[in-house]
This record gives sequence, C-alpha cells and structure tokens, in this order.
Amino acid sequence: MLHVDEVCKSYPTAEGSVAVLSGVSLDLGPGQSLALTGESGSGKSTLLHLVAGLDAVDSGAITVAGTALEGLDDAARAGLRRDMIGLVFQQFNLIPSLTVDANLAFQARLAGRHDRDWSAHLAEGLGLSALLSRYPEQLSGGQQQRVAIGRALAARPALILADEPTGNLDEATGDAVMGLMLGLVNEAGASLLMVTHSHRLAARLDRRLHLRAGKVIR
Amino acid sequence: MSRTILTALLSHWRRHPLQLAMLLVGLALATGLWSGVQAINAEARAAYDRAAGVLGQDRLGRIVASEGTLSVETYAALRQGGWPVSPVLEGRLAGLRILGVEPLTLPRGAAVPGMPGVGAATLGDFLAGGLVLVAPETVARPGVAEALTGFATEAAPDLPPMTVLADIAAAERLLGTRGEMTALLIDPDRALPGPLPAGLELRAATGEDDLARLTDSFHLNLTAFGFLAFAVGIFIVHAAIGLAFEQRRPMFRTLRALGVPARTLGALVLVEMLGFALIAGLAGVALGYGVAAALLPDVAATLGGLYGAAVPGVLELRAGWVGAGIGMALAGTLVAAGQGLWQVWRLPPLASAGSRAWGVAAGRTRALQAAAGLALLALAGGALWLGSGLWAGFAVLAGLLLGSALVLPALLAAVLTFASARARGVLAQWFWADARQQLPGLSLALMALLLALAANVGVGTMVGSFRATFTGWLDQRLASELYLTAESPAQALQMQEWLAPRVEAILPIVAADTALIGQPGEVYGIADHATYRDNWPLLTAVPGVWDVVARGEGVLVNEQLSRRAGLGLGAVIDLPGGALPVVAVYSDYGNPSPQAIIGLDAFAARFPGVETLRFALRLPEAEVEVLATALRAEFTLGEASLVDQAGIKAFSLRVFERTFAVTGALNILTLGVAGLAMLASLVTLSALRLPQLAPVWAMGLTQGRLAVLDLARTVMLALLTAVAALPMGLALAWVLLAVVNVEAFGWRLPMQAFPGDWLGLFAAAGLAGGLAALWPAVVLIRRRPADLLRVFANEH
Repeated sequence: MLHVDEVCKSYPTAEGSVAVLSGVSLDLGPGQSLALTGESGSGKSTLLHLVAGLDAVDSGAITVAGTALEGLDDAARAGLRRDMIGLVFQQFNLIPSLTVDANLAFQARLAGRHDRDWSAHLAEGLGLSALLSRYPEQLSGGQQQRVAIGRALAARPALILADEPTGNLDEATGDAVMGLMLGLVNEAGASLLMVTHSHRLAARLDRRLHLRAGKVIR
Repeated sequence: MSRTILTALLSHWRRHPLQLAMLLVGLALATGLWSGVQAINAEARAAYDRAAGVLGQDRLGRIVASEGTLSVETYAALRQGGWPVSPVLEGRLAGLRILGVEPLTLPRGAAVPGMPGVGAATLGDFLAGGLVLVAPETVARPGVAEALTGFATEAAPDLPPMTVLADIAAAERLLGTRGEMTALLIDPDRALPGPLPAGLELRAATGEDDLARLTDSFHLNLTAFGFLAFAVGIFIVHAAIGLAFEQRRPMFRTLRALGVPARTLGALVLVEMLGFALIAGLAGVALGYGVAAALLPDVAATLGGLYGAAVPGVLELRAGWVGAGIGMALAGTLVAAGQGLWQVWRLPPLASAGSRAWGVAAGRTRALQAAAGLALLALAGGALWLGSGLWAGFAVLAGLLLGSALVLPALLAAVLTFASARARGVLAQWFWADARQQLPGLSLALMALLLALAANVGVGTMVGSFRATFTGWLDQRLASELYLTAESPAQALQMQEWLAPRVEAILPIVAADTALIGQPGEVYGIADHATYRDNWPLLTAVPGVWDVVARGEGVLVNEQLSRRAGLGLGAVIDLPGGALPVVAVYSDYGNPSPQAIIGLDAFAARFPGVETLRFALRLPEAEVEVLATALRAEFTLGEASLVDQAGIKAFSLRVFERTFAVTGALNILTLGVAGLAMLASLVTLSALRLPQLAPVWAMGLTQGRLAVLDLARTVMLALLTAVAALPMGLALAWVLLAVVNVEAFGWRLPMQAFPGDWLGLFAAAGLAGGLAALWPAVVLIRRRPADLLRVFANEH
C-alpha cells in the first residue's frame, strides 16, 4: 500500500539548510497499521505530509497504492489525496460553515463516492447521529475529532494518514476516539499511518517506528 | 466535485450574512454612483447628438452670409444657378429654438425627426404652416403652449427638447421676420455648379457638435466624481472580500488537503466572486438609475444655465451605461479580490491555517506602501509642474488622492506609536497599543474615509471660493440698478427721451455675435462711464485702460479668451473692422464663450447694423422701485423687458447653486459610502477582536468599559484621519481651482479658506466613526461571558 524509500527532506532557515528527514524508509501493507513516534522536531509530521503529497521530497521515493508520487503535478497529487487517502489532523480542520452532516460527507462527495448508508453507519459508529445538524463550533473537541475521522473514512480510502489525532483531547476522550477510529479503519479495510507522541496509543497499532533527528531508530 | 466545493465556499456567506450584505451593498453602491453619473452623461450626450443631428448639422454643409442674414433673392438666384440648396430659418422664441425648413427641397442627408413624409396626411398642414412639430416633453413645459398659440402641434419624440420644427413660412410668423434666412443647407457630396457668389460663405459640417465639445469638461468632471465614488465603494468591497478570504484560509487549506487542485479552487472562487459581482452590478445599475433620475433635473438646469444646452429631465435606460455599469462591477470586484484570488491560486496545501487579521501588514509592507504613496505624491507634483491640459489636472488629483491614502496607515501608525510611548496609565497604554493593532484591519476603511473627507474639503473649498468670488463679481459686474430692453429702435428712442430727466445715466449695451480666435464669441460696446471705470472686474490692465478703450484704441477680453488664445496685455486680436491690442483682461464667470469689449463709438463703426435696444440705468437705489413701476406703466413692459439688479443677481446665484447641487449630492453620497466602509470593517473585525479583548476582560475590565473604549478608539482614528484629510483636501481644492477649472472653464478663482466648514467636517467624521462603531460596541456589551471564555477554552 505504502512504500517509502530513502526519503530525505530539508528546509531552508536563516542559519542555513536544516535536514528534517535523512534517508527514511518504511513499508505498510494493505489493512496494516503503523505508528510513527518521536520527539517534537523528529520529522514525523513532515514524513506524513510527504506521504500525503502535501510537500515534495528532496530525494528518495514514495509510492502510494502503486502510484509513485515523484513527478506528479499539483493536480495529480490532489487527485491522489482525494481518491486514495483520508487525512485526520490534530486541529480537526473541519469546514466551520458546513454542518456536521455536510462535513462528514464532504470528501466522499469530492471523490464522487458518497455512500449515504456508509456515512450513516459512520455517524452512528462515531456517536454523531444526534449532532448532524450542528456546526463545528457547537461541538466539543472530541466530537470535532470524531467528525474529522468520519470524514476521512467516508470515501473508503485505501490509506488513512493521521497526525496526532488525539493530541488535542484529554486522555479518556482520546482513548475513546482512538478506539472508534481503529475499529472503523479495520472495518473499512484501510491501512493506517499515524503520528503520535503517545507510546500508549502507538502500542495499539500493528507496528511502530521511532524517529529521532530525521532517522528511523527502530 | 465543483458543486461540492461551491457549496462549501458559499456556506461561508450563509453563516456570515452581514459580511455578504456588506460586499453586495458596497459593490452595488459603488456601481450605482458610477452608473448614475454615466446615465446622466449618456442622456446629455444623446440630447446633444439629437440637437446636432437635426437637419443633418453634423453631416451637411451650410451656406451663410458673410454679414447678416440671407435674402429670398439670394436663395432664388442660387437655385436658378443650379445650386441644390434648401433654406433654413433659425431663431429663439420664449426659450424655444425655432427651426424653419422647406421640406420639398431638403437634401437627402437632412434628418428631420418626425417630419411628415410625402403622401402623409399631415404634410399638407405642415406645408400650409398650420402644424409644427415638438418633442412631447417640450409641449408640457410652461409657456410653450402660449408661445405656439395659433399653431397645431404634433409630437415628434426624436426632436431635441425645446426645439420647434416648422415650415419656413410658419417659422417666419413665429419669429416675426420676413424674407430672411439663416442658412442654406447643401449636400457636400453633390458637385457644386461653380464658385460661390461674393458675400456668401460655405461652412463644412463640423462632425462634432459644438455643444458636445463645450460641455466635455463638465461631463469629465462628473465622470471623475463618479469614479471617486466608485473607488471609495470598492474599498468596502475590498474590505469585505479581504476579510472573507482571511476567514476562509483554513477552509481553503483543508480543501487543498482533501484533494482540491489549486486551479480548481481558484477558478471556483473566481466564479463565486463574479456571481456576486453580477448580482450587485444589476442592483447597482438599478440604484444608478434612481440616482440619475434624482439628479438629472439639476444637471439639466446646470447645462441649460451654463451652456444653453437643452437636456430632457427624463431618463432613458440605455444599453451603453447599463453594460458599462455591470462591466465596472465585474472589474471592480476583480480588482478588490485580485490579491485574495492570487493567494488562493498560489496557496500551498501546507499554508498556515491560522486566521490573521486581514491586511496585517508587517512594518515592511506598510513602509513599502508609504513609499509607493510618497512616490505617487511626487508624481502628482511632477504632473503639476510639467503637464498641461485637463487630463494632467486629473492625473494630479488622482496622484494626490491615492498617494495620500497609501501614506495614511504609516502616518497613523507613527502617531499611535508616539501616543503609546507618551501614555502614562496602563489602560491608556493598552488603548493606544490596541488602536495600533487594529490599524491594519481598519486601514482600508480609513483610507476610504480619507478620500471622501479630502474630496469633501476640496470640493467644498472650491465651491465656497467660487461662491464668494462670484457674489463679489456680480456686485462689480452688475453695478447698474436697472436693465432695460426695448422692443424696437423707435421704442428705444422714446424710452431714452422719457428716462433722460429721471435717471442719473443711461448706458447703452450693444453686442454682436462674431468669431473670436476662430470660435463663436461676442463683442460688446460699452459707454465711457464711471460705472465701468469704477466697478468692472479687471484682472489685469494697462495704465489708463478706460481712456484707451474710449478712444477706440484697445479691447478688453474676458479671462476665457485670454487663457484659451494666450492673449496677454499688448497682444493683438482680430476683430471685424481691424485688429486691436488687448488692454485689459476681466473675469467673466459662468460664460463658456470668448468675449471682447470695445468702446461704444468703435462698436458703432465696426458693427453698423446693430441696433441699440438694451440699456443699463443708473439712479439712486431708493428710486428704483418707483421708476420701474412708472416705466412699466408708460411702455407696457413685460417682466423680461425690465429687470432690476437684485433680480439678475438672484437668478445668477440660483443658476450657480444648481450648478453645484450635483457635486454636493455626490459628495454627501461618497461620505456615506465611506462611513459604510468603516461599518463593514468594524462589524467583520468584531468577531476577530474577541481573542484580544477576552484577556483584558478576564483581568477586570467590564464588557461595557471595553465597548466604550472600542467606540472611543474608532472615533479617535476617524478624527485623526480627518486631520490628515484637511491638508489633502486643501491641496485638492487648489488643484481644482488653479488647474482643473482653468482648463475646464477657462477661469481661475482665488482660493479662500472656510474653517467653520472644517469643524463641521471633523464633527461629521467623528460621528461617522462613532455610528460605525456603535453596533459592534452594542454587540460586545451583549455578548455572553461564555463567548469570551471560549477564547481560553480553544487555547492549545
């Protein structure tokens, strides 16, 4: 599903170029889940962004569902994200002017794969059925993150990329949201690459990789 | 996909209806004021075209007599000699332009709107002189029916207003002439049988109507004002769109992250903006129609008073200005949204999603803006120094306005920094520092306010200076107590005899139309009398000017003629009967034409055919009423035959006030639009204010106190803007008086200051700021504490 091969990425700063990723490689098979852990600044989020095609590698290669990202233009990367990937952000990034219902269905509609039954199932599974007509600002943080997870899964993507999905939630809420997400990811048959600080959460996934200073430690 | 994205984009406006209203109202107002002015211009130009098109004046040649009028004998001789000419008699009666034609000999190119064709039932009546044609709106005007007593009228909608078309025999009856013709029309495409007989001149078609040329400056002035109002309106649009773009930055980023290509997103945002522009443009055009319909009567009166142009007071919906209005709405939206659209187009998917206050300009950006503003001010100075003509004048105005607007934020920031550094108490320090923080978000609205206030000061000073000068000038120019017009030379003689023992002086006024520097102008003859020596408004003169004029050795020219032809003292000007040196230049406000004055004897020698029918009478002020009553009784005079000085002054001032009624109305509308721009910015900013206000509230300031401080802050910024607008407005007034008016009208006025008006304007600016801030302040007071607490709850 996902193949990352010797990826390097650096960013220019006032003091010169700073390497964020230095030769990172990983593989993720269909239906598998992998946790990326590491300290702040270790390159976890950068790697996630590169996999999502939100940014481009300096060197190395990334292949998602058989498609090499190298050489894809903006529109093609956007198409890949739309059709193959579901993104869950730490800050939820819901569309504030749309209702929960519209937010849930949004990416599936973009991809042309909106399935009302599946959306309703997700809403029920995530405990959102009673909140569908509300706007994001009327929800708690945990509720908003559940909407974001539902939106990512609604189009039945092959790969879910989650960046600290419970980073903004308290421990109990985070655990509950995590449980829901893992259950639904399994049910959808998607692969999951999740960035997290929490070793406890990482332990709930199939595998884990630890990054330090842009390199895979284990 | 497009539908889903558009739904998401539009959902923002559904959740922020006030912002949408501001965008649409701003754009509709901007388009409305622009369209209104264009509708007025289009109506006036159509009237000129109709006037020029009648009898093919814009296409046909005219044979005229070198001196005086043409006789029936001359016409008959030309026809017999094979000349394809057709006679025309023109004259004025009770404000009507009487046009007499001979339908059967008219050349093919002579368009005569509404004239019955051969075979028409009414042709016989027309030829028999019993039927005349007039525009429908003309018939309804007071006095017209009386003037046309004895004639049947038929409505000819395409005829210009206040024009009567008649058979030449009927026109003779109306004008009281016999066997005279003004001109002979001739088709320029037909071969002429030979050279013209002596005493006749062939004048080619001018192509463009004199009236259109004469009134160009007036319409350009209106257009410039319309554009200023449009620009101020676009500031509202820019503020609303800019804030909407800023608030939607997280949405744009999310859309990009979810797989929407940048181009698709950019294109759909463009479609959304153009859709709004179309809706607001249509509303604006409707508004423009209303504005134009309200202002047109004043404009028509102005054009009639200043240029003698007859413009109907009824407005037509014309495709030209409707299309241009919608085009301006689309173009204005693209300009206002350009920066945002560009950012969306170039938005990387990993762009910061943090919502910054829109327009937050780093110090560097503000400095660059100020530098650009200073460069524009320098360019305006350059255009003033090196340029010439009306367009250079408008370039100076544009540079001044735009340059000062760009410099304003940096200027205000400097003042607020200074005040913040000097503030003593903690609350005062926060007040000034917070005002500075608000500045970027309010910059555009304050710039719009600056433009409106500067335009207000500028135009107000110009009109005030004009009014003061004009009133003084009327006192000088209309020194005589009564002005008398006789019906005939015989009556004029009787009147002089009757008046001689009853008044201090009888001053004949004689005038002849003649070409001056190749343009239609007038030459006046005046008596050598203390009335002129003591009062005539001379701008410059040679020593002993009145003696020179009395001897017939020099000519006075009006300022317009002097400026247009570059005629200074000592320059020689061609006049019928020989050239004369210019010995003085006098002010002649309100007259668009060149004018010259010579001594009475010199006039009689040069224009022997002109009869003396008008007189200025000098007598003690206290005796005016008694003499006027006696004079009317003795000679059965009508109202128009005897006018007292006060009556003429009152009429002139009335014309003057109507002339500037339009600019005054546009001025007030522009100020209103600027006030709305402030309201738009404050309302949309108020939501973004919470994170700034919540900590201060949490530290012990009540919501009411915060609201009052917010109100005071806005009033203070509006007043500071007014202070900055004052010098700009005065500079604007100077350019209007010293450059634009000179180019547009041919006269220059001394500039005067009106501090009382400035105080009024400061009060208006403070009030506009206060009113604009009132609503957000009330909203702040009414906010639930939970809203303010949410600011802390969302902290990560």
